[in-house]
Formats: sequence, structure tokens, C-alpha cells
Amino acid sequence: MAQITLKSLAHSYAPNPSGPEDYAIREMEHVWHQGGAYALLGPSGCGKSTLLNIISGLLTPSNGQVLFDDQVMNELPPEERNIAQVFQFPVVYDTMTVYDNLAFPLRNVGTPEAKVRERVAEVADILDLTSLLRRRARNLTADEKQKVSMGRGLVRDDVSAILFDEPLTVIDPQLKWKLRRKLKEIHERFNITMIYVTHDQLEASTFADKIAVMYEGQVVQFGTPRELFETPAHTFVGYFIGSPGMNLMEVARTDSGARAGTVDLALSLVLQGAIQQARSRNIKLGIRPEFVEVRETPATDAYPIEIDSVQDLGTYRIVSFAFAGKTFRARLGEDQPLPPRQAFVRFPEEWLHLYIDEFCVEVGQ
Amino acid sequence: MNKVYNNRAWFLILPMLLLVAFSAIIPLMTVVNYSVQDVFDANTRFFTGTEWFEVMLNDSALQAALLRQFAFSFTILAIEVPLGIGIALLMPKRGWQASAVLILITLPLLIPWNVVGSIWQLFTRGDIGLMGVGIRELGYPYNITRNASDAWATIILMDVWHWTPLIALLCYSGLRSIPDAYYQAARIDRASKWAVFRYIQLPKLTNVLVIGVLLRFMHSFMIYAEPFVLTGGGPGSSTTFLSQSLTTMAIGQQDLGPSAAFSLIYFLIILLVCWVFYTAIMNSQKDDTSQGGA
Amino acid sequence: MSLILENIDHVVNGATHIEGINLELAPGSFNVLLGRTLAGKTTLMRIMAGLEAPTRGRVLMHGENVTRKSVRKRNVSMVYQQFINYPSLTVFDNIASPLKLARVPREEIRRRVLETARMLHIEHLLERYPAELSGGQQQRTAMGRALVKDADLILFDEPLVNLDYKLREEFREELRELFKARNCIAVYATTEPHEALALGGHTAVLHEGRLLQYGPTEDVYHRPRDVLTAEMFSEPPINVVPAMVSGSEVTFDRNVHFPLNRDLASLTPGQYQFGVRASHIGLQRQADDDLELDVTVDIAEISGSETFLHVHNDLFHLVLHLAGVHEFGVDQRIKVYFPTHKIYAFDRHGDVVHIPARPGAH
Repeated sequence: MAQITLKSLAHSYAPNPSGPEDYAIREMEHVWHQGGAYALLGPSGCGKSTLLNIISGLLTPSNGQVLFDDQVMNELPPEERNIAQVFQFPVVYDTMTVYDNLAFPLRNVGTPEAKVRERVAEVADILDLTSLLRRRARNLTADEKQKVSMGRGLVRDDVSAILFDEPLTVIDPQLKWKLRRKLKEIHERFNITMIYVTHDQLEASTFADKIAVMYEGQVVQFGTPRELFETPAHTFVGYFIGSPGMNLMEVARTDSGARAGTVDLALSLVLQGAIQQARSRNIKLGIRPEFVEVRETPATDAYPIEIDSVQDLGTYRIVSFAFAGKTFRARLGEDQPLPPRQAFVRFPEEWLHLYIDEFCVEVGQ
Repeated sequence: MNKVYNNRAWFLILPMLLLVAFSAIIPLMTVVNYSVQDVFDANTRFFTGTEWFEVMLNDSALQAALLRQFAFSFTILAIEVPLGIGIALLMPKRGWQASAVLILITLPLLIPWNVVGSIWQLFTRGDIGLMGVGIRELGYPYNITRNASDAWATIILMDVWHWTPLIALLCYSGLRSIPDAYYQAARIDRASKWAVFRYIQLPKLTNVLVIGVLLRFMHSFMIYAEPFVLTGGGPGSSTTFLSQSLTTMAIGQQDLGPSAAFSLIYFLIILLVCWVFYTAIMNSQKDDTSQGGA
Repeated sequence: MSLILENIDHVVNGATHIEGINLELAPGSFNVLLGRTLAGKTTLMRIMAGLEAPTRGRVLMHGENVTRKSVRKRNVSMVYQQFINYPSLTVFDNIASPLKLARVPREEIRRRVLETARMLHIEHLLERYPAELSGGQQQRTAMGRALVKDADLILFDEPLVNLDYKLREEFREELRELFKARNCIAVYATTEPHEALALGGHTAVLHEGRLLQYGPTEDVYHRPRDVLTAEMFSEPPINVVPAMVSGSEVTFDRNVHFPLNRDLASLTPGQYQFGVRASHIGLQRQADDDLELDVTVDIAEISGSETFLHVHNDLFHLVLHLAGVHEFGVDQRIKVYFPTHKIYAFDRHGDVVHIPARPGAH
């Protein structure tokens, strides 16, 4: 049982890093609370595997500290950290039975057989492995194997955290949701910190209460699935979460307000003020396709557009149009009427976010 | 689903049958033909039935050679397999050291059989051979032409030197194919080094080891050139193995019938041992629900 | 240039991989083969390409019987799941390779490779080697090789499976554009209904080696011929519940029943299977005739901007597809609303007998 703290942590694979681009993990502070269900989400190469290996102890960070509760872990090897890990490809001990696999971590530290039997029976029951206990591990299906490797972490009562590294990659799509449910159940039953690393937004948001989105070696947002969707803290989160991702327009200051491309924007005074105060020239406004309002008639804060294409995705439609030199998208429900080619769009300000230097800026009331 | 039977398909395997016939069946049948006849000259031959087989099976010299052969094959397997695994485990995993060690280890495999015999013949000579002189300097009267155990030990040492690299190479490639995740999982499970070997490395090596053991068994069971060059089968007949006995009989004495019968027995023994070994290994890998568990 | 498959059967070692497939692909069309793993997609593509000859049936390429014609003599190209490129050749030479084999003059090769690379946005990578590229760039190179030679038939065998979902989104959109201007037949195999819808064109739904339905993608999706097609062509799969129609009422069991509405009035009494799309069941009442159901949450799967809610009660297991992010605890008890006017009705054989009207149809 532990809280995992990353203190001024940074890591570079280069022996003499000269700039931020040499760092796989840029300096960060982060706390994973005891008993939480977390996800680490990001595209390949964002540094999430590096971070995972630093937590599990397979890699020693070049700067900063990893703390479990108050104890510095930097120099401790994985076997002394009391951490369990489930890998992308199921790792089971082929020649052993399922029972022996589950008993393995206990027997390695000389646990009495009676205790082993009790713990294995309990964990096998939770994971629905009881009927398979006598089977050789090599003959199991991928999802059963993955449950066995999860079970090896759960049998130990000294485990402070379980790390999952894309654990559902090799699982049949039809079985995935069952395993996801099992994971949630286990989390609720055992009071164990779980960190789930993935590049898939569905896996992350389904499993985790809070998600850390990683991009270019930094955590750009740490929030609930709803927060990531409704208020992305970074343009990357806007782009990466949701399909399709957030619409973003580059905004320039003008004497009278703000302009995107050739369009003068009709914004509230508060938002205009925030834009005027920005120190950087890198100013963007973003809105998710779900919140773009497509209408047939003009309005004071609506912009005329021409619809390029409409994609029928069955349960909803994606309308594409050009706005300020970019392709914008709006999502229309199945029951909403299809707008004419020449239409108007509104960007309701409650869903319009201001990004300065790619990070979201709260606009005061 | 209806299965379609089409007997014309048999014609398609005809070319394959012909090929196998020329490469294996016909030569083998020639031997079988000799084994059941007594050939005096080109025109005079008698059918003897199983007589040659009985004679051969009861021949004490051959029985002794057969026993020696088994002793030899099992001894070298017992040494080469663990040693090969050990070497493979110790070999560097990457970098230039890995390449250098690989080349060094491979060298003995590149030397032809009879050259190996000659090298060791020189190497073990009591007057000029490095090993022969060295051992004598230590006070042991080492002599492979007089002392049967010296001869045995030397032949085994020679085979181990020549062929352990093969096992080591096979195991090395087997070990390289184990994903890192297995080692990481084992560390997290706090497995000892021995447990890692026993439950991860050894199981993953089973397939290459089966091939290695079969190859080495067949190879060693047919060993000929090296002991022939090194000891000539002596002292006495202490290092005369099966193939040498057979050659002496067939080429030296022109006893075609008995040697043909003996060839067949020889062939069947190899086949049987390989089959038993292979079946045993494969069966042990099957899921056995009656075993294991608590 | 059309491709016709006539009564194709394919049997390997006594196992039927393809059974009685008839399909006619129009010139310049973009076609999706949709089906789960082992539905026969790859086998069918190999037969189309000429990599394999079918056990029975004919393949006609613009009228000519090419059933037994080798792939090397047909003008086809193929893109695979794995990123297959020549590792020792640069991107330029990789894309140029089919043209070099066809002995196209050097200047022409240069022109066409550049044009293809520009189309695929890899013109800045032409001097690199495949090992130096990201997965997406490698797949673009492989596509370049397929597109450069003006093939009559281009086959894509789940080309995006190994890319992450953001790249997939981009690729799908580009593919639609790429093929608008081309006159070749494109065939694209996928396991994902969503991908078929995003790609548009025509869709053939395959299941266990048989063709369930072929037609314009939207049409197949909205007007499935039978319950299997409806299940195969929806993600999450359409909810199917057994129902009894008797006189004036529909019954799921003794406790759950509702009056036959105008929509379903044409159904004769008997046993049916009712299909309701995951996106049509809601958390709020949307119409007066919605049926309120008490259910228990299995899990809420959240996909960034949408939620798949798995629930069950004593009778059945349902999946809801909700827009936006909705968080629910495991085993939470909630009410959901089952729309009685958005029901697909399938008879005892699974054939569709009623399709709900679409208010938003155009």
C-alpha cells in the first residue's frame, strides 16, 4: 500500500543532455494516491513506457526521485519495490500449472504452503480461474494467460501497486470489455494503486478514475475522463481525446478584437480581454465537434460557412467545412436535420477554450 | 460440410515418391537384399532368411562395440548438453564481445572430422604434443596407445571440444528469443536465478535442445573418422565403435551379408532411440490434467 | 473495368473457407469487405488477386475469365497489415520498384514516384530507409508502392490495424479522397463496422465464408437484410431481444410488455427477434412510448467523447452508445429507455420484416 510520488523527476537516455529535446521525460512533479485507478495515456514515443519502467525500477531516472510513501526508491531494484506488472504480451511460466504460476511469487519468499493454498484459492476465485488451476499455463488462451499474470500480482499481500502495460493488446475484441470489467472489479475489491499505460483512449477512460495524458515527455493534463473531454488543458489533449478531435483556430489580435484567418470573431468582452492580455503570439481557440452548432439561419454570433462533406457514421454524422483556413468538423446526431450547403455555425462560448502557448487559459467571468 | 474425395490427387505425389525411392528406398532395399542372402560370387548366392541377423545379434565383438557405442553417446550427451547450456548462459548478450565470442566458439565446428583426429593425435603425443607432454610433466603416465581409459577420456574430450559449440550455439539462439518481459516478470515475482533458469530459460530451450540432442546422438552414434585417426580403435578394441566394426567387416573382409544385416540393425537402433526420445519429450509437453495442482 | 465473382467456393483440406459467393464490383468503386476474423475476407481477396484459385466458380475481369490467371499476369496491387517494404531500399526506390520491374523509362518513374509521394505526404522522406520511419510513414510507403503502378485492382488487407487510432482517422479520410479521382477498383478488408462507415462506398458483409449483404454502405447499415447482418455491421452490436407479438401487445416476458404501436402494427402474431441499436436506447425518456427498464450497470466503457454502457436485467444484456462522457459505477442500478418506435423486427428465420423510419434521413 503506497502513494507514489515523482519528485522533480526527469530522464534522459543521452549521457550529457544539452536541451529539453534530449529528455524522454521532462522535469515533472506527480502524485499517484494510494488506492487510485490511474491511466497513463499518450501516443507512441511520448515517454509513457520510460515512466513506467522508472516506477517499476527497471530504469533509474537521471534526475529527481521516485518515492513510495516517504521512502526514496531510486536505487532499489524491481524485486525490492513490491510492485507487480502485467505486460503487453502475457507472461506465464509455460511448464507450470495455473496453480503453480499463482503460487510462484509466494513460494519464492518461502511462504508456508497452507497460506499459499489459501491465497491462490482466493485470487483464482476472483479471476474465474478456479476451474483452470490444474491446467498447464501454456495451453491457456490469451485472456486466461493475462488473468494469470494479473493474479501473480494479486496473490501477494505486500504489493503496493500494479502496473499494466497495454495489457489488452492481444485480447479478442469481443472479450475485451469483460476483462475491463474484471479489472475494475478487482480495483474496487483490493485497495491497490493501479496504473494502466496505454495509447488507447477507450482503455484509459474506461479503466481509470484519473488519466495523465503524456505528450513529448511531459504530463500535459491529469484529470477525469470528463475533464479531458470537456476542458482539455492542452491543445494536444483536445486533438488526442475524442474522435474526431478538437477544432482549433489560430487567433491574431486586432485593434477591435480578435481574428482567425480572415474572419473577425464575435467574442464576449471577457474573452477578448483575455486575448488582448496574452503575452505570446501563439493564441488558439478550440471547440469540440460535439459542441459546434450548425444552423440554417444567421445570428449575430454565427459565421457563414460552406459544407464540404457529410459523413454518415450510422449513429451520428460528421459535417466538414472550412473555417479560417482550416478544416473544421461538427458532429450531428442521427435525428438532427441535415443543414443546407450554405449554412451558419455558432461556437457557444461555454465550450470555446482559449489556448496560449498550447496550454488552456481560464477566462474569468 | 462435404469432404471431397478425388483419387486423382494421388498422382500429384508421384514425383515425390519417385524422388524418395531413388534417394532412400532403393539404396536401403539393396542393403536389405544383401542381408538375407549369402553371396559367394556374382552368380552364386543363397537365400539365408534371418540367419545373418541372428549371427550378428549373437556376435560378442559386435555386442561389445554396441555397448561401447551407447556408453560413448550417452557420456558425451551428458557432458555436452549441460556444458553447452552453461556456455550459452555465460555468453555476452550484445556488443562486439558477443560477436567475438560467437566466432571463437564456432571455430571447432568448421574443422573437418579427420583433421580433428589428426590435430588431437598430435596434441596428445607423449613426445611433442602439448597436452601429452603437459600431463606427463604433472606426473601422470598419460598414454593413449597403451591405456584404454586414457584413450577413452581423450576421445570424449575431443568430441566435447568439437561439438559442445553446436549445443552452445543452439541454446544461445534459443535464449536470445526469450522476450525481456519474462525476465522482468521474474524479477518482480522475486524469482531466484535458479528459478529463472528452471522455469523460463529451460522451458524455452526445450525445442532447440530436442534438435541438439537428436543431432548429437545420431552424429555420435555414427562416429568414425576421429577415433579411427586418433586411436585406430585401440588399444585392443577398447575404442572400436560400431561404424568402425562395420567398415572392417564390409570392406576389409567382404562379408556383405552379415554387414548388410548389421547395417540394418544399426539403422533401426538409431531410429528407435530417436523415436523414443522424441515421443517422450513431446508427451511431457502435453497438458496432463491428472498431474500438478495442489 | 469491372470485377465479377461467380459462385465462388473455396475449400482447403476439407474446410470450407468461402461458400457460394456472387459479387459484382463496378468500375472505379470503393468496396469494403466487412467481417470478423476468419470470416473469409483475406481468402476472398487472395482469390480476387489471383494468389489463389477458387475450388469452384469463376472470376471475371472486364468480361475476361481470369480465374486461373496468375497474379503476375494481372495488374493488381496489395497492401497488408504489416508494413511490408524492402528494408535495403530508400522510400523512393521502394515506391519505384513496381515501375522498375515494368521497365518504365527513368524520367517517367521519377515523375510518378514524386506525384504519388506528394499525394501521400511523404515527399520529404524519399531519401530515408524504412527502418528510419514511423509506423504510419512505413504504411504510407507501402501504399505508395501499391498506388504508383495504376493497378486495375488495389486490395487493402486491414492496413490500419497496426496504427494507433489518431493515425487511423487521418488515413481513412485521405483514402476517401485518394480514390475519388481513380478509376481502379479498390477493395478494403476490415473488422470494424465504424471503419466501413467512415470509408463509405459499398460494403459487403461477410460471415463464416458467406456473403450476407452487398450494397451502398449506408444502405446496408440502415437496411440490413437479416439479424446477422445487423449484428455484424454495428459496433457495439445491435441489441437483439426475443419478443412475442400477440394481438395488440408485445411481450418480452410476463412482466415486460407494451401495446403494439402504429409502427409495429403490421406484425402478425408470433415469435420475433427485436433489434435496437445501442445509440437508440437512452438515459432519458425521448418519446411517450419509450419503455422504461430497470437495469444494473456492468461497466461504462468511455472512449474519449462517447460512452458504451453495458447493462443487464433478468431478461437480457443491453449495450447503450451514449454521446459524451458518462461515469457509472459497476453494479449501479439505473433506468434506461427502450424506444419502441425504433425497433428492427426479425422473424423466426432472422429475416428482417420491419425497419424503423429514420427522421433524419436525407
